Amino acid sequence: MAVSQKHMEEITQAAESSDAGGQYLTFMLAGEEYGVEILKVQEIKGWDTATPIPNTPDYVLGVLNLRGAVVPIIDLRKRFSLESVPYGATTVVIVVKMAHEDQERTVGLVVDAVADVYRLEGGEIQPPPDMGGAVHTEFVRGLATVEEKMVILLEIDRLIDFRGMQAESKAPAKAETDA
Amino acid sequence: MSLDVNMAEIAQLFIEESLEGLDIMESGLLNLDLGAADPETMNAIFRAAHSIKGGGATFGFMEISEFAHHVETLLDEMRQGERPVTREGVDLLLQSVDCIREMIGCLASGEVDTARAKELESQLEAMLKQNPGSAAEGGSAAAPAPEQPDPAESGRAEEIGLGWTIRFRPGRGIFRSCNDPLRMFRALESLGELEVRVVGADDLDFEDLDPEECRLGWDLELRTSSDREAVEEVFAWVADECELDIDPIPGPAGDVPAAVENDASPETEEPAAAPQSEAAPARVEARAPAARSAPKPGASGQETGSIRVNIDKVDALINLVGELVITQSMLSRYNGDFDFTQIQGLREGLTQLSRNTRELQESVMAIRMLPISFAFSRFPRLVRDTGNALGKNVELRLVGENTELDKTVLEKIGDPLVHLVRNSLDHGLETPEERLAAGKPETGVLELNAYHEGGNIVIEVIDDGAGINKEKVLAKARERGLVGPDEQLSDDRINNLIFMAGFSTADEVSDLSGRGVGMDVVRRNIADLGGHVSVKSESGVGSTFTIRLPLTLAILDGQLVRVGKESYIVSLVSIVETIQVCADKVNQIAGESELFKLRDEYLPIVRLHELFGIEADSTRIDDGLLVVVEANGQRVGVFVDDLQEQQQVVIKSLEANYRQMQGISGATILGDGTVALILDVPGLIQLYFDRHGNPQHSAVAVA
Repeated sequence: MAVSQKHMEEITQAAESSDAGGQYLTFMLAGEEYGVEILKVQEIKGWDTATPIPNTPDYVLGVLNLRGAVVPIIDLRKRFSLESVPYGATTVVIVVKMAHEDQERTVGLVVDAVADVYRLEGGEIQPPPDMGGAVHTEFVRGLATVEEKMVILLEIDRLIDFRGMQAESKAPAKAETDA
Repeated sequence: MSLDVNMAEIAQLFIEESLEGLDIMESGLLNLDLGAADPETMNAIFRAAHSIKGGGATFGFMEISEFAHHVETLLDEMRQGERPVTREGVDLLLQSVDCIREMIGCLASGEVDTARAKELESQLEAMLKQNPGSAAEGGSAAAPAPEQPDPAESGRAEEIGLGWTIRFRPGRGIFRSCNDPLRMFRALESLGELEVRVVGADDLDFEDLDPEECRLGWDLELRTSSDREAVEEVFAWVADECELDIDPIPGPAGDVPAAVENDASPETEEPAAAPQSEAAPARVEARAPAARSAPKPGASGQETGSIRVNIDKVDALINLVGELVITQSMLSRYNGDFDFTQIQGLREGLTQLSRNTRELQESVMAIRMLPISFAFSRFPRLVRDTGNALGKNVELRLVGENTELDKTVLEKIGDPLVHLVRNSLDHGLETPEERLAAGKPETGVLELNAYHEGGNIVIEVIDDGAGINKEKVLAKARERGLVGPDEQLSDDRINNLIFMAGFSTADEVSDLSGRGVGMDVVRRNIADLGGHVSVKSESGVGSTFTIRLPLTLAILDGQLVRVGKESYIVSLVSIVETIQVCADKVNQIAGESELFKLRDEYLPIVRLHELFGIEADSTRIDDGLLVVVEANGQRVGVFVDDLQEQQQVVIKSLEANYRQMQGISGATILGDGTVALILDVPGLIQLYFDRHGNPQHSAVAVA
């Protein structure tokens, strides 16, 4: 937790001095560094067991109680089809706000560890290369190089599928008339 | 930008207030005794119309304001006793109320459709002209009035455009509506040269002088090039509270008769008679679309974003918060050095805290509680209109109007109730002839009754009509294959068959009900609110529909059940019983669906662990429990490992941050801070049947 505490302070400082050039919070996932827009990050908390929701994709670990709000938790390793590892001392949940159809939703992302905060100018961000269908490029907003390392910037709004029930909810009505 | 936002907010307030005002007008109009109107009611109706007019003009909704002005004028004449309160008048006013409501409804979407308003406006005008009383009075009073202008003055006036003579006789209450003649005169002065003469000052009796009353009148002469509209505009706000005649300053000689002729009433009376007779058929036509369109925007309870709370409730809440603070400070004493001698005090503090919390919870809930009269208020009108349309005499009785229930539930129960009431009027109550033939009083009685029972609110719709025709219902059910040909059903079960989908016994489809989409929708709407509807009926005596609803949607009485490591919450309302069954009482169909026999019924077993793909302690039927739940008339046994405690839970939406899930209606946070999911019993049953095939077929196969 100490790690995230320290970073929270940095994030606050960073957020204060933010401008049009984006600031990114980066985290580690299977040895790679990923970044999310800092303004989308609500908080960082330690890992806690979530209540599983039946019949959801395996990357949805379940829901957590975040000060009275019920928040879904996504395992990013599973989301990106990476090998799962046991959760350790640095495993944290980054709570982000996602936009979906004008509504803001709060979702937790489980990552290996929090890394750093960078300021990136628009020119420093390259579009993701076309790698065929092999990689989930739909989640990648762009790539940036910071101190010789590659940082993958994520498009978090696409990480979770909020739809689903619309199609299903029509089914009961129909079945009832059949019955 | 911020101004726009504020205006939008204020305009929203205007809309809410106007809707309330319209409700007042409507209920007032319905309660009016024809011929002998209660002045208090009349005033209330008038005031409501007046503030809609004023508010409309303030916010620039001129269509509404102008239309309301006509309504107000008619109301004013009735209020002053100048015009008898007739059925036609009340009908027209009721239609106007609908029309204003429609226009206000359109405000939200932007464009206001004025077609209907125009039509009604012309009818209102026709009616205003129709009664000679008001026009003649204005005329006769006007006759001696126009002060014959001093010949010298008229000599100066060379053209008609010279200016206007204004005869202004304000009503006594003009000050109370915050109008100041002095201010108006100043406004007139800005138009040109103004001469003011006071009249009536001589016959003032100092003894009965009320400083808040206006006892004076004025004759004004305004020399200006402004047109009549500019002058009328000054008086726009008081036009309905005064006698006002505006005439051009007569030119040399010959113009005088023309000016008098202008507002002479006897002439206007005759031409007015003709449009009036034309207006009569027009009104009948207008009535039909009104009846059809009324339930659309008007009846489907507007969901407003704010509520008015009784100050007592807020005070009670503040008191409780005060108590909570005291308890908190009492407990905080134990925060520092604690030794076991203090345990008694700590315990007491905790007991107090739990009592505070419970009371606080109750009073916060009470803030959302509104009396059911909000939902009942539309029925006098509806019953009256529907009764007229069907040619039935109906007396509506409302009982328990002050029973309170949650605002959300209240808003959503409106439509199902309307449906039930319509149904009773259309199918339940008989025509006067049929009633007389059956030896019943000519007027049918429809009663709406609301009361609390346990943690529920019960709403009954009772009619003394013909009752449900059981033979017909049963025949129809057999025809549709819902009931086997030889199956014997109890009367109650037959009656409740009408809630099945697509079931309607109405011989002919009427405009009001009987389109076969009725009762199953009612049942589903009520089930969505976590409630239940049933019917009792006796042939020739009447029917009683009983709706049972939870008081609130925010809190649920739940039973915790355990499957493996997971706990779920089942709403206590949907649980019929919990039993343990032996494996040999369970039959398998085609190796897939399991059924067990509960008394005389075969019920499917829903294995929660299987449905949710989780691990249970044991999959053997003997080791666990079957929670028998019911939804939509279908019972199933849900197989769980264990029952845990019962508790009230606060419902949290899964949808807010994730999405709706089939079989789960929401989540809650348990005492230890973890999240538990709340099972949605109808959804769960549906999910089961989706995976295991249709229930009816499998059940029949065994039986």
